[in-house]
Amino acid sequence: MKKTLLAIGLGTAVSMAAATAAYAGTLDDVKSKGHIQCGVSQGLPGFSNADAQGNWTGLDVDVCRAMAAAIFGDATKVKYTPLSSKERFTALQSGEIDVLSRNTTWTATRDTALGLNFAGVNYYDGQGFMVRKSLGVTSALQLGGAAVCTNTGTTTELNVADYFRANNMKFEVVAFEKSDEVVGAYDKGRCDVYTTDQSGLFAQRLKLSNVNDHIVLPEIISKEPLGPVVRQGDDQWFNLVRWTHNAMLNAEEMGITSANVDEMLKSKNPAVLRFVGKEGSFGENLGLKNDWAYNIIKQVGNYSESFERNVGPKTPLGIARGLNALWSKGGIQYAPPIR
Amino acid sequence: MTTISDEPSSKVSFWYDPKVRSIISQLILVGLIAWGLYALVTNTIHNLERLNIASGFKFLSTEAGFTLIQSWIPYDKSATYLRAFMVGLINTFYVAIVGIFLATILGFLVGIARLSKSWIISRVATVYVEVLRNIPLLLQIIIWYKILLLLSPDKRGSISILGIGEMNVTGLWTSKFIAHDGFWVTGIAIGIALVLAWKVSRWAHKRQDATGQQFPSFWAGLGIVIGLPLLVFFATGSPGVIESPEFVSEGPMLRRGFKTGVGFVFIPEFLALLFALVLYTATFIAEIVRAGILAVDHGQTEAAGALGLRRGTILRQVVIPQAMRVIIPPLTSQYLNLTKNSSLAMAIGYPDVMGAGGIVLNQSGQAVEMIIMIMVVYLTFSLVTSVFMNWYNAKMSMVER
Repeated sequence: MKKTLLAIGLGTAVSMAAATAAYAGTLDDVKSKGHIQCGVSQGLPGFSNADAQGNWTGLDVDVCRAMAAAIFGDATKVKYTPLSSKERFTALQSGEIDVLSRNTTWTATRDTALGLNFAGVNYYDGQGFMVRKSLGVTSALQLGGAAVCTNTGTTTELNVADYFRANNMKFEVVAFEKSDEVVGAYDKGRCDVYTTDQSGLFAQRLKLSNVNDHIVLPEIISKEPLGPVVRQGDDQWFNLVRWTHNAMLNAEEMGITSANVDEMLKSKNPAVLRFVGKEGSFGENLGLKNDWAYNIIKQVGNYSESFERNVGPKTPLGIARGLNALWSKGGIQYAPPIR
Repeated sequence: MTTISDEPSSKVSFWYDPKVRSIISQLILVGLIAWGLYALVTNTIHNLERLNIASGFKFLSTEAGFTLIQSWIPYDKSATYLRAFMVGLINTFYVAIVGIFLATILGFLVGIARLSKSWIISRVATVYVEVLRNIPLLLQIIIWYKILLLLSPDKRGSISILGIGEMNVTGLWTSKFIAHDGFWVTGIAIGIALVLAWKVSRWAHKRQDATGQQFPSFWAGLGIVIGLPLLVFFATGSPGVIESPEFVSEGPMLRRGFKTGVGFVFIPEFLALLFALVLYTATFIAEIVRAGILAVDHGQTEAAGALGLRRGTILRQVVIPQAMRVIIPPLTSQYLNLTKNSSLAMAIGYPDVMGAGGIVLNQSGQAVEMIIMIMVVYLTFSLVTSVFMNWYNAKMSMVER
């Protein structure tokens, strides 16, 4: 009797201890399971969107693909978890996903109290407004008395309240959890205004029943630096995400593209040789192979390629580089050097 | 220990005494549960600390910063997370109470209609019950919302809903009563009228028990409840006005439509949720009512008929009171279901406790605390409903003579 009890007690204690102790480095976990679990949106064209075959594409998706290329040398080793704005942080905190790359704004609260770390900014955005042309509105300052549709649990929801109050305008917010619900309600006339990050407005406009009946107002009312997020307390993984993004920017700056990266292996420029892994041990320092950056560019491309492919002027979204141009070309995208 | 084994009557050893065994096993069970709970709580706290996630309820006094589309209490820009949560809580009560009231009425009507001798009435009721109770509620909520938004005129137009108000995509606009100083006298009059009506009905019952003479106590009561407050209201100089919604049809496009804050509005999110909850729950209530009525022995109806009572009277005075005993317990669980189902409001943006709490959860990041608070709310509301319905059940149950 005593022995049985003791055994039961010990068993329970051991299993509970095991459940709490299983927390190794994220990189080791990812390597052993063979793929990255990447948290993305539930469908935002240009940033993270699945096609009819279930293939994910977009600027945010490319972050995860680039990470897979760096870790496994294979950009396809990513599994995607579509998340609502409300679910995203819990999914990351609980370890359900390894990295959150879902047009998420970097704020102080999220960076501190939520136990998260933003690894960089892959898109500098700002909040804008979209209205029907028939309203005859040309500036956001004329929106007093409007009903505004937006997403719950976002910085957007807070900014819009601040903006209307600061300008002493009456307003009413109708907030939904999923973007599709917001767009649907706006499309059916529940609201006069649809507000979200300006890139999102351009993307969601494509889903409206009559695209040309709507205009995006010129005002940008907030800073929305969007970037990939990881859990606090795993610096190795944090470094990996940050330097994956930096590698894509550095490649653009040095003129390395997916088309010419093989020639670059024979380059005489020491900075390029360090980048492709011919010199130095930068990959090893990250816990990867030295050809990590080569694989990113070969399989995913540099930042410019990713931008032009997903959101650039030649895509349906037609967004200009603007703030997201390199620092050397009038934008603010700036990556520390690889050396 | 020694005292037990010393007793001459107990020949079995200490470990094999069934009493001792049962006590020990129960102690062990309680201990395990307590230890499990302790491990759960400490583990959660430990893990939150390890992940650098802030915990505790201090965040509730932080400024919320977001707005909510419907609020029964003042909610302005300095409102806290706690207040946002309270707004959601009241919105849940609002839709649950109105929903329970309407679903009960509709459910009883349909339940009786299903037993109607008229072929058409009973078939219509059957089709309604069978179709609506077999479609998932979430789907019904979304369909109602889409229908409301699609069929209503846009913000610059409106359509008249007979006897209620004007409707467009921003909601159903109707008049509201604004009480002025001195309205309290009328308030007291309403109280007195209710008490008087109750007294009259008791007196009528007693008189009928004693003499067999009937008295139209319902109509008398209604007269008192409506007449007395009206009389007092006008006598005190009409302290109050009825405010009708104001429709602006001139000026800039954006300013046209119903003026915010004038009159009373049922927002489309509320209406869609209410329709769906009422129509769905009423199907179950109808079935419960039908079962209750069928459970009353047919002899009761025949006996009442033999006494010369009319059909309506038989239903009201003989069948329903007996059916209530069968109806009330399952009815309670339908009320609880309706309340809990109202959390599906999230799908259409109605700010109930789940929706508002969800926004607080997301903006503050305090998931564990908010989920606990939301659970406590639903649990409390369910328990209170249960207690009330149990009391009502005890009151209605058969008086054994």
